[in-house]
Amino acid sequence: MHDEFLMGNAAIAMGAIASGVNLVAGYPGTPSTEVLETIAKHRSKDTYVEWSVNEKAAMELAAGASYAGARTMVTMKQVGLNVASDPLMSLEYVGIKGGMVILVADDPGPVSSQTEQDTRHYAAFSKMPCFDPSSAQEAYEMVQEAYEYSEQYGTPVFLRPTTRVCHGYASITVKDPEEYITHTPDGFVKDSRRWVIFPRLSYANHAKIEARNEALTHVFSEYSKNKIYPEAGEQTGSSSVNESCSRKGIATGGISFTYVMETLKSCDMVRTMKVSTPFPFPEDLAVTFLTGLDEVLCIEELDPVIERELTYICGKYHLPVKIYGKLSHHISASGENTRDSVTRAIRAFLELHNTDPQNVNDPHAAASGDSSADNSSASDSEASAVPELPIRPPVLCAGCPHRASFYAVKQAMKGRKTIYCGDIGCYTLGNAMPLDMVDTCLCMGAGLNIAQGVGRIEPDTVCFAFVGDSTFFASAITGVVNAVYNQADMTLIVLDNSTTAMTGHQPHPGTGQTMMGEIVAKVSIEDVLHGIGVEVVKTINPLHLTEAVDTIKEVADLPGVKAVIFKSPCIAIVPPNPALHIHDTCIKCKRCITELGCPAIFIEDGKVQIDPSLCTGCSLCSQVCPVHAITGGDDHES
Amino acid sequence: MNRNIVLCGVGGQGTVLASKLIAAAAMANGISVMSAETIGMAQRGGNVFSHLRLGDNLYSPMIESGTADLIIGFEPGETVRMLPFLKPDGYVVVNKRAIHPVTATLTGSNYQGQAMLDYLQSRVSHLMIIDGDAACQEIGSAKVLNMVLLGAAVRTGMLGITEEDIKSAMHKTLPEKFHALNDRAIDYTR
Ligand code: SF4
Ligand code: SF4
Repeated sequence: MHDEFLMGNAAIAMGAIASGVNLVAGYPGTPSTEVLETIAKHRSKDTYVEWSVNEKAAMELAAGASYAGARTMVTMKQVGLNVASDPLMSLEYVGIKGGMVILVADDPGPVSSQTEQDTRHYAAFSKMPCFDPSSAQEAYEMVQEAYEYSEQYGTPVFLRPTTRVCHGYASITVKDPEEYITHTPDGFVKDSRRWVIFPRLSYANHAKIEARNEALTHVFSEYSKNKIYPEAGEQTGSSSVNESCSRKGIATGGISFTYVMETLKSCDMVRTMKVSTPFPFPEDLAVTFLTGLDEVLCIEELDPVIERELTYICGKYHLPVKIYGKLSHHISASGENTRDSVTRAIRAFLELHNTDPQNVNDPHAAASGDSSADNSSASDSEASAVPELPIRPPVLCAGCPHRASFYAVKQAMKGRKTIYCGDIGCYTLGNAMPLDMVDTCLCMGAGLNIAQGVGRIEPDTVCFAFVGDSTFFASAITGVVNAVYNQADMTLIVLDNSTTAMTGHQPHPGTGQTMMGEIVAKVSIEDVLHGIGVEVVKTINPLHLTEAVDTIKEVADLPGVKAVIFKSPCIAIVPPNPALHIHDTCIKCKRCITELGCPAIFIEDGKVQIDPSLCTGCSLCSQVCPVHAITGGDDHES
Repeated sequence: MNRNIVLCGVGGQGTVLASKLIAAAAMANGISVMSAETIGMAQRGGNVFSHLRLGDNLYSPMIESGTADLIIGFEPGETVRMLPFLKPDGYVVVNKRAIHPVTATLTGSNYQGQAMLDYLQSRVSHLMIIDGDAACQEIGSAKVLNMVLLGAAVRTGMLGITEEDIKSAMHKTLPEKFHALNDRAIDYTR
């Protein structure tokens, strides 16, 4: 054993390695991405790791390996699980052989996701056990325990950390390599009655699964990480526990548990239950916890899972305990909990006689999507004196080729009735002013089909769908097939920057590299499109503005499905060109700013300037300036 | 001794490395560390922060408002944004140079670094304003701002670690060819 300073995701990865994981597959998505990356970096040479084309592929691959006796892990973010839900729901009925951990990272806030969905529901829905770590140390240990449970009960298990656990760092105690388990898969054994899902098998296994999960409510009541605090014999810290507080309790789990414990350090310690297995719920332990209490406050993020379970248990066992939480408006229904919001909730709960819902609509308590807004929770008395703070929405980087692509389409379609259907990736940021080029964004790969849907109802609208290269492979190809087969009229714009930029530059089928470090044949987007039957496929560099605009003009009005591939690498993976500068001939028309919004261009002392530390010399601004005042860099000189 | 530290700035300024080095230096002295970082979309030019906690008996990597011993601000406005975390009598080390958000240029909003510094001056008793641009110019690299601020932060005494601790953490983290340059940056406010 030794201590290491690890991010929660790295702790999970090291826990999987210590468990002898044989195969890991996933699809990148914040906040889950670093798990697979860390395993890839530290794996033993016989561990297989891949970024799969999407989460469904990853889940099925891991299932296959687990059938063959391997210990496997599949990683994704919460919305990725929606993509993988088809194999997920059937897999439990079939079961597995080698231990399988499904790592799904939830994102309260949401900090960087489309939804605040709660994977604990997916666990209950798919009937698979779920582990919910509250810290990096706990996550490290839990992965290893999860493999044991998975193999003992023949079921995949969920490990569901949330953003603050995934991205929190801590100095934690980890095993030395000599202490790692080596797991040797014993191979796939043919048995069609076991591995082929048929109604008869499903019926028989369904009964077994329900019985097992019922048994697990007892087993998990003994699980060391489901726990009631203070432990027997432990002093409560403060001797001032008053009479009423001794009949109040707090139920919590995940990162909120750590906030609760921090708050209770400075308050009276009250009976607290940590739920580390939200499914199957540790029912016996909950009964012990509830007995003798009058009121319980549930502090959790996303959905009121613990709150509903406790309410149900109170009914089942006729326990006269009032359960508070999100459903009773004592805890904010949405957004993440914070140290401050938890302290406020606990203070209100412990000090007020009648627990009126506190004002959860307090703007500081409402952890909006912008996490920083919450963290700015100023003491209200001072708020008025604070000078106006800069607003910094995320924007496309200086020199980002997506800016040029969006701008070219916008220029080409000036005055036309259009719809621009966006997708998930850095290019969602094309919605920001001044580009304003994303009219819709729903989920991975949706843009293509939404464009077709709008086109069916509004035939006079010129329909565009924008999709990134990684997203194209992950979930857009079926949309193209659909469009071609059903004779849609639309233009597909593939923004090909040769990487998965948003999540930190992972390789994908078009990059010609794998996570095992092999160089492989690239899957050509152009060939895929031709193969599907898209006849017009143009590949151009969006940074050549005139050519890009002309191409869009030429292609947009052709009938049927057309595609333009804007190919230019993400600025983060290639060295920059020399920075451009603005000459005194500038007439201060600000076109470069109001048309493009490149973060490298700014006005200081009334002068329009380029920040050389940000500019990548993409030359787009020089092609927009009406008086050619911007020069320098390599190409497009003068 | 428990310490709560907030680092803040704009994506790409090097806050993450600075927070890692403090953590490494503290751990080398046998002090336990927890921290939390902004990761994801906000890194694209948005405001970023790190919470860093040193000491024992820690549960949460996040800091409660009014409890930070020290804020290391890479940008004046972002420092004001994080000020509610500072405890009364806490220390602030702040870089002078304001970074204008793209939106400011577009909307003509009038974000002024000086107003932020004035505000800090009126609120913070232990304030150290660093001319990061001048420092970088003198040291000869635009990339050493984080080390300059880190050196100043060590000198507040609030980190409970020494200059040498930070330097040796940096030497273990960065390639050798950058050591001399960054040593000078850490020494800059001496
Ligand atoms: S060349 Fe112009 S548009 Fe491109 S990065 Fe530099 S300032 Fe921005
Ligand atoms: S577009 Fe050209 S002339 Fe207009 S403000 Fe920018 S640099 Fe100056």
